[in-house]
Amino acid sequence: MRKIFDFHGGIHPPENKRQSQQGGIRDAGIPPELVLPLSQHIGAPAKPTVAVGDRVLKGQMIAEANGFVSVPVHAPTSGTVSAIEDRLIAHPSGLPAPCIVIASDGLDEWTELAGISDYRQLPKADLLNRIREAGIAGMGGAGFPTAVKLSTRPGSQVATLIINGTECEPYITADDILMRERPGRIVEGVKILQHLLAPGETLIGIEDNKPEAIAALRAATAGSNIEIVVFPTKYPSGGEKQLIEILTGKQVPSGGLPLDIGVICQNVGSVAAIADAVLLGQPLISRITTVTGEAVREPGNFSVLLGTPMNYLLARAGFQPDRNRRLVMGGPMMGFTVADAGVPIVKTSNCLLAPSEAELPSPPPAQACIRCGMCEQACPASLLPQQMFWFAQAREFEKLEQHKLFDCIECGACSWACPSNIPLVQYYRASKAEILQLRREHEKSEQARLRFEARQERIERDEAEKVAKRAARKLAAEKRAQEAATGGGETDPIQAAIDRARAKKAAQQAGDAADTNPRDKLEKAVTSTRQRLETASAKLAQAEAEGSDLVAALQTGVDKTRARLEAAEQALRDFTAAAEEAPLQETPVDPAAAAIARAIAARASEAALDPAEKSRKQLAALEQRLEKTRARLAASQGAGEEQKIIDALESSVSLLEEKVSAAKQQLNNPEGV
Amino acid sequence: MFELISQYPLIAALLALVSLGAVFGAVLGFAAVRFKTEGNPIAEQINDLLPQTQCGQCGYPGCRPYAEAIAGGEAINKCPPGGEAGIQALADLLDVEVIPLDEEHGEEKVKAVAFIREDECIGCTKCIQACPVDAILGAAKQMHTVIASECTGCDLCLEPCPVDCIDMIPQQESLQTWHWPLPDPASGESRIIATDATPTQDRAA
Amino acid sequence: MALMRVTSPHAHGPMSTSRVMQNVLLATIPGIIALSHFFGYGTLVNLAWACIVALACETLALALRRRPIGFYLKDCSALVTATLLAIALPPYAPWWLIAVGIACAILLAKHLYGGLGYNPFNPAMAAYVILLISFPVQMTAWAPPRGLEQLPGLMASLQACFTPGAYDGVTMATPLDLMKQNNSLLIADLYAQTPQFGRWAGLGWEWVNLAFLAGGAWLLYKRIFSWHAPVAMLASLSLFAAVFYDGGSSASGGSPLFHLLSGATMFGAFFIVTDPVTSAVSVRGRLVYGAMIGALVYIIRVRGNYPDAVAFAVLIMNFAAPFIDNYTQPRTYGHQSGGSEK
Repeated sequence: MRKIFDFHGGIHPPENKRQSQQGGIRDAGIPPELVLPLSQHIGAPAKPTVAVGDRVLKGQMIAEANGFVSVPVHAPTSGTVSAIEDRLIAHPSGLPAPCIVIASDGLDEWTELAGISDYRQLPKADLLNRIREAGIAGMGGAGFPTAVKLSTRPGSQVATLIINGTECEPYITADDILMRERPGRIVEGVKILQHLLAPGETLIGIEDNKPEAIAALRAATAGSNIEIVVFPTKYPSGGEKQLIEILTGKQVPSGGLPLDIGVICQNVGSVAAIADAVLLGQPLISRITTVTGEAVREPGNFSVLLGTPMNYLLARAGFQPDRNRRLVMGGPMMGFTVADAGVPIVKTSNCLLAPSEAELPSPPPAQACIRCGMCEQACPASLLPQQMFWFAQAREFEKLEQHKLFDCIECGACSWACPSNIPLVQYYRASKAEILQLRREHEKSEQARLRFEARQERIERDEAEKVAKRAARKLAAEKRAQEAATGGGETDPIQAAIDRARAKKAAQQAGDAADTNPRDKLEKAVTSTRQRLETASAKLAQAEAEGSDLVAALQTGVDKTRARLEAAEQALRDFTAAAEEAPLQETPVDPAAAAIARAIAARASEAALDPAEKSRKQLAALEQRLEKTRARLAASQGAGEEQKIIDALESSVSLLEEKVSAAKQQLNNPEGV
Repeated sequence: MFELISQYPLIAALLALVSLGAVFGAVLGFAAVRFKTEGNPIAEQINDLLPQTQCGQCGYPGCRPYAEAIAGGEAINKCPPGGEAGIQALADLLDVEVIPLDEEHGEEKVKAVAFIREDECIGCTKCIQACPVDAILGAAKQMHTVIASECTGCDLCLEPCPVDCIDMIPQQESLQTWHWPLPDPASGESRIIATDATPTQDRAA
Repeated sequence: MALMRVTSPHAHGPMSTSRVMQNVLLATIPGIIALSHFFGYGTLVNLAWACIVALACETLALALRRRPIGFYLKDCSALVTATLLAIALPPYAPWWLIAVGIACAILLAKHLYGGLGYNPFNPAMAAYVILLISFPVQMTAWAPPRGLEQLPGLMASLQACFTPGAYDGVTMATPLDLMKQNNSLLIADLYAQTPQFGRWAGLGWEWVNLAFLAGGAWLLYKRIFSWHAPVAMLASLSLFAAVFYDGGSSASGGSPLFHLLSGATMFGAFFIVTDPVTSAVSVRGRLVYGAMIGALVYIIRVRGNYPDAVAFAVLIMNFAAPFIDNYTQPRTYGHQSGGSEK
């Protein structure tokens, strides 16, 4: 007989499992609409591979894994993708998340499945890939991608494979019923895992309050090297770390993984899903969910398609909404309340608890902590919950970490035992999240500091380079002058400089001659602009034909290009006219002199330009911009765009209005300029 | 010598005290040199507490200059992005009184990230030059964009933009950032332990 | 109706703070019966008067602090404090002594520090020590037990309490006083010569202590508190008494049995040391806390100025509780060692 170990603490809440144990596994049927969140697991959300309007078949992948710690999502039945949008999901925040919505067609038509009976022939990497592709994530409640958990590092040896059939939370019987009704499936799955991991021993851990499940599994494992280990019922013995301690006497190091001590733990539900995935090729599209609580007339276990709205499932169990004030996904100890009864069942939904007010009364107001120590006696992680409560209240995060806050598994035993009804777990959750957020913020500010310093350094370096270059140039000039003075005694340095300048000018003139005629340049510009206008017009026409919302943008583009074309044509005309007027000027004029002349002319014209004229010009430009922004604002408002964009536009309109009025004032009062 | 001492006990006492003082002084002096701890310079520690937005709202060109100024005696309430929590942390570090945020330098706002309305951007690179942490990508005459994960929300790019195409988008709560709040004793069903009822709460109740 | 949004766990255990307090009150009944049997109605009069004053003080304090009065009175902590102090005070104590004591306990030791859960010192013991230092005559006037003198009747008891000037009661030294004062007789002779010593540890006292032991055992059985602190205290007290017993010479401090069953030993072990608010919190911490109290009780009883020592020992260790907590953190799951490694 195997030695059973005990863990510190634990509690014995009323089990309340009998209600849902009757009637075996019932089929929940196909709801008219299935909502599949892209993130039903821990890790990166899956990436949709279907588009709205696509027809999908049962078992077809509709979203693929996005990274290593991620799993794909499959269509639970055949139908049409009716939307890919944010919907409310089963999450304590009550916030929406991206989901794929499938309108089922009732045909329940399977996609082609490729099961393999002889998985031993398959390379292990392929086998693992199959498990990943089947979208299996820990079905006991945490939802960690199973394939990731199974990918052992090369060289690490799995001494013990533990199959978790504990199900220590009150009310839930989903794993119990699975073990009772489908022990063969579980054993097949275990054998696949044994092949994959080659563990030294394989244990199935079950609490002693499930005699039928124990008997069924004993019968199914007879003659195999799988050992069924039965141990006394105590919450939370189903916690991974606690179960490992019960069965092996070893503790998972803080911050480490079970694999660090040679253990891998898998839930029975996940194991059965692995068997389905490998032997039948069926991805994870349905699960067994317990529906229980006094607010349902016929509690029991249902085989539910993932994505089934909870109210559809509850209706199947005879839900009485008027008796129910809170709906819990998961058990009464670690489950969370959902904000709406319409949220979908996901891979981690092992239980749907609809209690009546009398059954699980609303939390009474918390009394003072009298440091009675009942929480400490209940804590399975040997923490000092009441001390952590004081620190959490005072937000002394350093002290909290010193008291090992992050080893808390949030099992709720302390809150359950607290005679003063203090929501201890909420204090720990909030503190953990806040500490993590502070860490993240600190990391970010550190990053910002590094970037800022790097930028400062770069700017300084550039500056220093410029200064150095200038100094070098100066030095070189001096050197040249010196050389000229000393090396060529008979040559006058001034004469040399003049020679150099002459040579340069000559070279320039030669280059100019080689250069293309300015007229050609202008002509080229006209043709290219015309070409651009043509393509833009074509695009616009196409957009108009399609009724795309880009029409407005394209229209402005076309208008702009047309204006540019006109300007280019004008420039060409002007040039030709000028050339005809003064054909003589074309060649011999020194370009340098011409440039100077142009600059002088420009300055003169600017000086001639009345300051009032200048202001007027500015005002006109401003008014034009204001007009444009106003138009955009109106368009945005009309299109019902997001508030923040409208706000931003409004503020820029008012800003421009201010500028316009300032410019007007200036115009009326030119002396003040 | 001995006679002198025995005759004048005052001298004995003086001698004893002086020699004791000399000995202990030497020991302390030695210890101060020998066991000197290389502490983090105070400006460095202050800089660690500042939010590193490099926004310049404090009137200094970046967080480090302000940290150095605080170390030199500048007020600790000139950093709006750090907010009350930042002032609290600085007060704890420097062991000074917590003072309210100086309104002159702006007010604490929700964390935001700059966003360039790309179809309006004219590619002037002015915002790129203004960004203290190089969080804006782009080139002349090319559309610019903000690297959201690097943006500190300092607002410095808003002013130089000639076409006002930059918005500050407040960060929203997402599934990743959401968490349970600390139980609030002053709200809801647990109102009853709003034990330290302040006069304002009383009036509200 | 919108669905509720609360954190897990959604289920809650059967225990509540009021029930803890009620159980403690119930557990004092055997001791109170024994006290009343051996010392007359005085304890009951004390108790009734103390409870009335305690409720009044608590109401006053809550009203001044603007707390919901009904909600806090429901937790019965004021009644527990009153009961413990009433048991600790000598029977036939004057009414004002009790009133001052309760006022000190509830107003000073409890509410001034922030109310239930925030008080660093056990309110009953703090009040007891204040009274003992301020009114030593009244506080050491213990009535003789049944068998040595005629016990006063109910009317006389009420008179003793409420018109103290008119009552002329008899008082007698307690066994602990006698043991302390003895420096000439062998222990065996002392027992033989003095009828107050009874069979083991003092006439009446031994039964009172056994009754409190019974009440404490019931609380342990009900898992109201853990066994660590009281057992550690009794063990260390016995150990000290055994080590220094020296076979019963005239300088001996008394046998372990004498110390276990006299004075407030059992009452202290199960009703004062176990006060969760003011004791250490972890299992190891409670062992240290209890053992230190046991040692202090012996030292103060034998060497100190006052005959009984539980109150002083407890107050001293109340000071030390946070310190003990800091150094007795349990080893957390997955860690190599506990404690606050810094």
